[in-house]
Amino acid sequence: MWIPGASLLTKFLLPSPLLVMANPFTEYYIVETQPGSNSLLIRVVGDGGSISKGKICSLKARAVLIDMEEGVVNEILQGPLRDVFDSKQLITDISGSGNNWAVGHKVFGSRYQEEILEKLRKSAEHCDCLQCFFVIHSMGGGTGSGLGTYLLKVLEDEFPEVYRFVTSVYPSGEDDVITSPYNSILAMKELNEHADCVLPIDNQSLFDIISKIDLVVNSGKLGTTIKPKSLVTSSAGTFKKWQEKPFDAMNNIVANLLLSLTSSARFEGSLNMDLNEISMNLVPFPQLHYLVSSLTPLYTLADVNVPPRRLDQMFSDAFSKDHQLIRADPKHSLYLACALMVRGNVQISDLRRNIERLKPSLRFVSWNQEGWKTSLCSVPPVGHSHSLLALANNTCVKPTFVELRERFLRLYKKKAHLHHYLQIEGMEESCFTEAESSLSALIREYNQLDATKSRPVEDLPRLSVAV
Amino acid sequence: MSIVTVQLGQCGNQIGFEVFDALFIDSHCPQRLSSKRENEAYQASCKERFFSEEENGVPIARAVLVDMEPKVINQTLSKAAQSGRWKYGQHSSFCQKQGSGNNWAYGYSVHGPRHEESIRNLIQKEVEKCDSLSGFFIIMSMAGGTGSGLGAFVTQNLQDQYSNSLKMNQIIWPYGTGEVIVQNYNSILTLSHLYRSSDALLVHENDAVHKICAKLMNIKQISFSDINQVLAHQLGSVFQPTYSAEGSFHYRRNPLGIDWQIRPPLPGLPSLSKMSLNKELHFNTSIANLLILRGKDVHSADLEGFKDPALYTSWLEPVNAFNVWRTQRAFSKYEKSAALVSNSQFLVKPLDMIVGKAWNMFASKAYVHQYTKFGIEEEDFLDSFALLEQVVASYCTL
Repeated sequence: MWIPGASLLTKFLLPSPLLVMANPFTEYYIVETQPGSNSLLIRVVGDGGSISKGKICSLKARAVLIDMEEGVVNEILQGPLRDVFDSKQLITDISGSGNNWAVGHKVFGSRYQEEILEKLRKSAEHCDCLQCFFVIHSMGGGTGSGLGTYLLKVLEDEFPEVYRFVTSVYPSGEDDVITSPYNSILAMKELNEHADCVLPIDNQSLFDIISKIDLVVNSGKLGTTIKPKSLVTSSAGTFKKWQEKPFDAMNNIVANLLLSLTSSARFEGSLNMDLNEISMNLVPFPQLHYLVSSLTPLYTLADVNVPPRRLDQMFSDAFSKDHQLIRADPKHSLYLACALMVRGNVQISDLRRNIERLKPSLRFVSWNQEGWKTSLCSVPPVGHSHSLLALANNTCVKPTFVELRERFLRLYKKKAHLHHYLQIEGMEESCFTEAESSLSALIREYNQLDATKSRPVEDLPRLSVAV
Repeated sequence: MSIVTVQLGQCGNQIGFEVFDALFIDSHCPQRLSSKRENEAYQASCKERFFSEEENGVPIARAVLVDMEPKVINQTLSKAAQSGRWKYGQHSSFCQKQGSGNNWAYGYSVHGPRHEESIRNLIQKEVEKCDSLSGFFIIMSMAGGTGSGLGAFVTQNLQDQYSNSLKMNQIIWPYGTGEVIVQNYNSILTLSHLYRSSDALLVHENDAVHKICAKLMNIKQISFSDINQVLAHQLGSVFQPTYSAEGSFHYRRNPLGIDWQIRPPLPGLPSLSKMSLNKELHFNTSIANLLILRGKDVHSADLEGFKDPALYTSWLEPVNAFNVWRTQRAFSKYEKSAALVSNSQFLVKPLDMIVGKAWNMFASKAYVHQYTKFGIEEEDFLDSFALLEQVVASYCTL
C-alpha cells in the first residue's frame, strides 16, 4: 500500500524476480497462473495440485514482508490472500519508524539484520535458480525508505550475483510527510550505489491515470462500457468484494506493471525476454539505471459495436506523457535506450511497423540510434487481447530528481527537523551532504547527455587496417 | 553421410524445428514427376543425412538442442512430438534455468566452460549414431546471448575435437532497427570468433526474409513462425540430396561439399583478362556461386548469365567459381525450383553497418561494463573490430 508514512516493504525472491506487493499483484498473479506455468513468483507447497481446482491454499508467495508497524501486514494476513503469504516470512515491529530514514536504516537495520538474512536464505533455498530480487518500497517514509535501502546492501553482500530490481514510490509535491525530502535523498544515495535497476513511480501520476479512467467510465457516452476485468486499476475477478479505496486502484497499476515485466519469463512467446536482459539492455552505464515505465492500454471497451482499439494506438499511447508512471515526458527528452514488452496477439511485423512509425518523433542518444529492445509474449493479461509495457532509460527522469534536490535544500538550509536524524547513532551531517552530492552527480550526468541532444550525429572515424 | 545439427538459443531452436519439418515434409511429398525408384533413393538419402531410425518407425532428428532456459526447448520438443511425423531424441537436449541475458560474454565465458562437458557428450552421442559423419550444422542468432556467445564457444570446441569434419554455421542476422540493444556488440564478437573456427557461415538476414514475406508472399501480419518457415524452405532446398556429377542414381555424398576455400592469388601473378558481355549491370562481385536446380527441365535451363565474368573477381575464371547441381526430383510442391548459394560482396554493406554502429557505441564505452564483468575486455572488442575491418576490406577489393 502506498500510504506515505506506513510503508510496506516486500521482497521477493524468485527465479524470476517479482513477487507481489501486497494483494493486488497476488490477485492478478493467481488469476494469470495456468497449470504448469513457470513457478516464477509463487511456489507450490504440499501436493501442489490445487491450482486447477481453483484453490490457492497450496500456493505460497516467494516473498518476505517487512514492516515496522503491524497494521498493514495484519490486514494482509487476515484478507483473502492470507494463505498465500507464509506467516514465517514476516518481519514486523510495533513502533514504526516515525517517518525517519535514520530509524529505519540505522536502528531497525542493525536490529533485524540477522533475522532478515535468515528469512532470505530460507526463501532462496526454495528456489531452483534464484535470478533476481524485487524490492518494493516508498522513498518518503521511514521503513520502506530506510530499512528498504538497508536491505539492498544486505542483498548485495549476501547474494552478489543476483540482480536487484527496485520499484520505488517517490513522494509527490503535495506530500504531507514533512521530512520526505530528507528520507528520499538519503534513500536515493543507496539506490544509486546498490540497486541494479530502479523503476520510479509517483502517486500523482497513478492518481491522474485513475482519474482519466474514471472520466471515461462515468462519461455515460454510448459505447463506453468498459470490461470490468480489463481495468488496469481493478482486481481481476475473484476478490472484487474489497472496498475500492483509491490506493487499491493505484497499487493495482503497479501490480500490472510488475506482472507485465515478468510475463515473458513466465509464459511462452516467439521472442522471450528474461529479467536479466532488462539490465543488460537498458543500463548502458552503471549509475544510469533509472527506468521510466508506461502501461497501455488502460482498459478495454466491452461494447462490441465499437471497433476494437487499434493496435497502433496502443504503441502511440506508450510514449505519451499521460501514460507514464512518473511525471515525465519522454518524447521531448533524450532516449538512451527503450524496451517494448508486448503481450498477446501481436506479431513481429506489428512491432516493427510501429517502431518505424514512432522512431522519427523520438530522440535517441548518438551512440544508440536504434536502441530498441523488444519482446513478444503470447499470453495477454486478463481481460485484454494485447498489452504493452514500455521501459525507457530517458533523461526525462531528471526533473523528478531536480525537484527532489530543491525540496531537500529548502528544508536543509533551515536545518529543520534535522535533530530527529542526528540523534540517531551513526548519523552525521555528512550523511546528508554526501547524499546531496550523489544526487547532484547523477543530475550532472543527465545534463551532459541532454547537452548532446541537439548535436548532429556523426560517424566516428573507423579503425584502418592493412589488407 | 550424416549431418549433426546443433540448435542454440531461442532462435536456433525455433528455426531448427522448422528446418527438420521442411526436410521431412519434402522427402515425403508425393512426386508425380520422378520415378518411384528415384524418389525412394532421395528419401533414403535425406533420411540418412538428417534422421536416425527409432524402433517404432518414427524418425529421430539428428540434432542436439541447447538453450540456457527451458521454455523454448520444451516447446520445440513437444511441437515435434505432437506432429507425429518425426521427433527429437529423448535425451538430446540440454538446458538450464536461467538464460544468458543477451550477454555474449556470459554465453561465451560463463555458460561455455561451465557446460562444455555436458554439451560435448551430447554431441558425441549423436555423432556415434552416424555411420559416417559429413559435418556439423550449427544454427544460431548473432543478436542474443546464448546462440551468439555459447554458439561461438561450441563451434570452437567442435573445431578442436572434430577438426576434419566440416562445420557450417547458420547465422541469423538481426533486424537493423534492433531486437536487442547490444546486438551489434554481440554480432561483432560472434563473427570474429566464428571466423577463426568455422568453415562456412551461411547468413540469413531477418530484414531480407521479412521483405520476402511482405512483398513476395503478401503476408499481412508476419510472425516469426512465417519468417522461420521461409528460412527453413530455403535451407531445405539447399541441403536436400542432389545428384552427384556421375549423373546416376547416386545422390551427392557430401551435402556440404562445396569448396569454400578459395584463396586469392599471390601478389605478382598477372590477373587474367576478361571480356565482359554485360558491362552495365552491377552485381556484387562473387568468389563462388553454387546454383541448385530441382524439378522439371533442370537439364535444359539456360545458365549462361551465371557464367558472365563480370560477376566474378578478376583472379577467378567463372568455370572455377560457378557450380551447378541439377536434380530431377522436385522440391516440395514446386514443379521447378532454384536455390543460389553465393560467396560474394552482398554482405559487405550489412557487415559494414554493424561494425560502424558497434564502433560508435564502443567509442562512448556504453554497455562495456556488462561485458568486462564476465571477462571480455576492451582488448577483445578491439581484436574483433580489427578482424572484421579486414574482412570488409578484403571483400571490397574483390
